[in-house]
This record gives sequence, structure tokens and C-alpha cells, in this order.
Amino acid sequence: MASPMRIRAAAKDGVTEVRVLMSHVMETGQRKDSSGALIPAHFITELTAKHNDKVVLSAEFGPSVSTNPYLAFKFKGGAKGDKLAVNWVDNKGDSRTDEVQIA
Amino acid sequence: MNHQRRDTLKAGSGLGMLGLLAAAGLIKPEMANAAWNQTAFDAKNMDAAFAAFNAGKPAESADVVITTPDIAENGAVVPVGVVSNLPKTEQIVIMIEKNPNMVAASFTLPEGTVADVQTRVKMGQTSDVYAVVKADGKFYMAKKEVKVTLGGCGG
Repeated sequence: MASPMRIRAAAKDGVTEVRVLMSHVMETGQRKDSSGALIPAHFITELTAKHNDKVVLSAEFGPSVSTNPYLAFKFKGGAKGDKLAVNWVDNKGDSRTDEVQIA
Repeated sequence: MNHQRRDTLKAGSGLGMLGLLAAAGLIKPEMANAAWNQTAFDAKNMDAAFAAFNAGKPAESADVVITTPDIAENGAVVPVGVVSNLPKTEQIVIMIEKNPNMVAASFTLPEGTVADVQTRVKMGQTSDVYAVVKADGKFYMAKKEVKVTLGGCGG
């Protein structure tokens, strides 16, 4: 199981700003290890962010996204104490969901 | 997730193509992800990447703003921000022209989400970074060159 995401969500003037830092190797499948063998690709493919069960952002990632991906976005609405959940799925079928309260 | 699936279906060939590839055994089982736009992420040139999103030839627009450093010292972590000032922006795609796989990330924005996303990407070498934006059914783009002093792929 992958390590938890760090999620910050802050509501200000009717707009909620969300910042997510995921913990993932994001291996491209193009790098070689010390013996010259290809390291298999392992990266996040899909990400969904939900505010109280309403999808506010869905994203598809390729291997070009950096190791330990960072993502920031904003949506209208959201109040202090509301739930914000972020879920990702990677190409090996691993997934993780973390939830925070909007501050 | 279902929202994304609908988008893929709407995009027409997306899902059908994926099914064909899966049937032909070109995709490893773990890659056979129904919603993920395989065609786009496998694109090896800009035209193919645009085509994968049914974008055709997007028009350059001053309303699409890319924020990146002019020079990235470390290609493994290049911050990229895209802001679209176009009304009804529904999708933002970040592409890097000279990466082995051009499409870095695609964001689908439901109504109410501000067209302002930031992430970090890898860049193998100095390249143009493209932001393709779908707004009100039409595609627009902006590009910006980022100079990379140390590559982020391979290494």
C-alpha cells in the first residue's frame, strides 16, 4: 500500500484551493537499472477529486508526470468542514484514497 | 470515474481503439484500463496527440496562459501551471513536444471548477510545452519553450 497523500484544502471567498502531494515512484518504463535491464513502468494513470461526493476534478496522468506528483486546482463552492476526497489508480491496479476536511 | 468514461465515449474512437488494442494483445492486462486514454498517452508526435483528443489543429489563443520557468535546472521536476480565461473550459491537456510520450497529463474540469491547474512534469530535454484547452467544444492552445539544463528522463 502506498503512503498517504498530503492534501491541503482551504476555502476563501467562495473558492476552495486544493493542493495534493502524492507519494508515488512514477517510473516511466524507459529507465534502466545498474545491470541494464529496463525498469517496468509504474505510474498513476487516473485521479479523481470529490467534494462531498461531487466530482470536482478528474485527471489522467502519463509517465511524464514527476515522481511524487503535485497537483493544485481550485473550485467554486466548498465550506469549512466539508469533505474533500482524492483517489488515484496506477497502472498496476494499486489505488489509494485520502480524505481531508476543508479548512 | 464514470464522468470520465462518458467523456471517452463522447470522444468517439477513444474506447473503441482501446478495445481493439486490448484484443490484439498490445496492451498488458494491467494497462487495460477502461477510462485511461491509451491512444493519447502513446502518441509519438504532436499531430497524433492532438488527434487522440479530437482536437484537430487547435488555434493559438492568448487566453490560455502557461506558467513555467524559462530555464529548468532539473528536468525531473518542472512546475507547469495552466490558466484558461476562456469561458466554459472543460478540459486542459499538458503536452511536452520532445518527450518520448508527449502527453503528460489531462484534466477534466466539471462545471464550477476553476480553469487553473498546476502540476510538475519531467522533461528529457529543452522543449516546447503545450497547453491544449477545450472550451465550449472548441480547442485552443498555447506553447512556451522551457530550457532544461539537466534531463529528467533516463539519467
